[in-house]
Amino acid sequence: MELSIRNIRKEFDRFPALHGVSLDIRSGELIALLGPSGSGKTTLLRLIAGLEFPTSGAIFFGEDDASQKTVQERNVGFVFQHYALFRHMTVAENIGFGLKVRPRRLRPSAAQIRRRASELLELVRLPGLENRYPSQLSGGQRQRVALARALAIEPKVLLLDEPFGALDAQVRRDLRRWLREIHETTGHTTVFVTHDQEEALELADRVVVMSQGAIEQVGSADDVYDRPLTPFVYGFIGESSRLPVRVDTGGVWIDDRSLGLAAGDVPDGPAHLFFRPHDVELVEGCGGCIAGVVVSSRRVEATRRVELAVGGDRRIVEIELPADHPAALRSRIAFRPRSWKLFADARAGREACAETV
Amino acid sequence: MSDPAARIPAKHPPARRLPATRSAAAPSPRISPTTETRAVQYALIAVVVAILSLFLLVPLATVFTQALRSGLGDYLATFRNPEALAAIRLTLLVAAIAVPCNLIFGIAAAWAIAKYRFPGRTLLVSLIDLPFSISPVVAGLVYILLLGSNSLIGGFLLENFGIRIIFAVPGIVLATILVTFPFIARELIPLMEDQGTGDEEAALSLGANGWQTFLFVTLPNVKWALLYGVLLCNARAMGEFGAVAVLSGKLRGQTVTMPLQVELFYNEYASVAAFSLASLLAGLALVTLIVKSWLEWRYADQIAATGRGH
Ligand SMILES: Nc1ncnc2c1ncn2[C@@H]1O[C@H](COP(=O)(O)OP(=O)(O)O)[C@@H](O)[C@H]1O
Ligand SMILES: [Mg+2]
Repeated sequence: MELSIRNIRKEFDRFPALHGVSLDIRSGELIALLGPSGSGKTTLLRLIAGLEFPTSGAIFFGEDDASQKTVQERNVGFVFQHYALFRHMTVAENIGFGLKVRPRRLRPSAAQIRRRASELLELVRLPGLENRYPSQLSGGQRQRVALARALAIEPKVLLLDEPFGALDAQVRRDLRRWLREIHETTGHTTVFVTHDQEEALELADRVVVMSQGAIEQVGSADDVYDRPLTPFVYGFIGESSRLPVRVDTGGVWIDDRSLGLAAGDVPDGPAHLFFRPHDVELVEGCGGCIAGVVVSSRRVEATRRVELAVGGDRRIVEIELPADHPAALRSRIAFRPRSWKLFADARAGREACAETV
Repeated sequence: MSDPAARIPAKHPPARRLPATRSAAAPSPRISPTTETRAVQYALIAVVVAILSLFLLVPLATVFTQALRSGLGDYLATFRNPEALAAIRLTLLVAAIAVPCNLIFGIAAAWAIAKYRFPGRTLLVSLIDLPFSISPVVAGLVYILLLGSNSLIGGFLLENFGIRIIFAVPGIVLATILVTFPFIARELIPLMEDQGTGDEEAALSLGANGWQTFLFVTLPNVKWALLYGVLLCNARAMGEFGAVAVLSGKLRGQTVTMPLQVELFYNEYASVAAFSLASLLAGLALVTLIVKSWLEWRYADQIAATGRGH
């Protein structure tokens, strides 16, 4: 089932939680909504499910306009952040609930429902737990029961809100692999919300990066990491260093020193230079480079993290050096980013950028 | 559903310590979160017990001893007195109407307050509490003013339909509903607020309609609180005196409930009859208490499970 989200706007009491979000999701795709807390991920997921209704815009399930359909009519599998298992029902009753409440002519027999529950428990690798109550399960087990319950209704799309948010690191890693397998077995179009970029990049076919109620970029893990489209994405995905610079006559400058980079079509004026701290090369003597004084140096696993104060107003920038580099305090280091990207200052109007050629 | 309790595994009995270990262990210093000495603790407990006995247990015992003062025969004779029987019947009737009314009202009010946000919500919460804070006598008088045969509504009903509200059974029922208004809603609101709407949303997303969601999810989530509320509401409905006294008109055998009949007997120096009937009311209170405690003990696991989220 393809999903098409068209120019969705959502306000809560005049507060815009989403402004003009559009997104196309292909059938069978595994999509991650990634963004910091409060960026509107849950709101978008609930709008797709029909648990909220948009202030304006439309949502299409295939060719159907689903915007005005209720959550029951949309037939989505929703896994809630805190699972929302029915605590007075056993695991089997929880999983069978969606079948039990069907109108009589569509309802399987009690025995069939029970069999289906056992099959799904098998699928989520919890065989034999039919008669437990949710309070007798671990967090990871509850999570899987919640997924089995959502799968029981044969949903058109599967929506998961921070599916691993409440679990500890080891369980998260296991469940991540497992969710990928389930996705491959069942082939559902799946959208999951996460604020953990590692989770999103590892698991999803495409990642939707969100910030402040808007989509910043949609793309594969390679796209968003190697070709970030906005300063936000560059800063949010992976580690990055950001250096305020000035663009003048097609070159990039700090004070009166040229960095030896071409500004492309970035207009003259203030701009920000982004690069990855580990993706720099040290240079001797400096004609076209970034030079600074070491203000701090930390050993982090196999590398050394060094903070440099650059330029007259001592802008702090972080780079990564080999562990055996001395990087003595107050010594001078010059480097050049191997790949970089330049964004015009957002206040300067239209976003323009230039990058490594 | 089969017996729900049967599926709850029995709680493990506390592991018995072997006598050997116990004697070997050095007496560890008692760790207490409070700093009072033992003597002060016992003194405090003694004071509480003394006060409870003086104001609750002694009077309760007195009711039964007075009722049985001149033997079981006289005691039972009270329950053959037609006025006493009429009072018992009326009390049961009033409770049988008032409790279901407040059950429906209580669930509706708790649902609205706990699950929606709307202007005037806090005002509604205070209004529900009003019967707790207002004197029942005042409430009764207001009803007389509003619904008496000289008032607009009361007069209209009497002239056109021959329905008398004040000094008749409908007035007593109304007064009882008013006074027992908050019991069920008050039990449900904090619990429903605590549980939020997550379970309901889950049920809806699985295709359940509103009624199924209410029946299969909302109601089971609050069933114990609901049962407490009903028990308390019922006890109060049967025992209410003030508002009912104002509205009843005390037509013997017609508009006299048990508490009013007790008073009538007592004022006529029929003290054995008064205490016999009173013992029935006291017995009701005791049964309520026992059932409540038994439920708490029997279903402790489930009550804990439906309280906070798991
Ligand atoms: N029911 C609501 N009422 C009012 N504001 C809300 C509601 N739900 C979400 N918001 C607001 O919308 C914004 C986005 O929230 P949300 O979608 O939950 O973000 P995320 O899931 O990315 O953390 C937040 O600022 C939040 O406060
Ligand atoms: Mg969220």
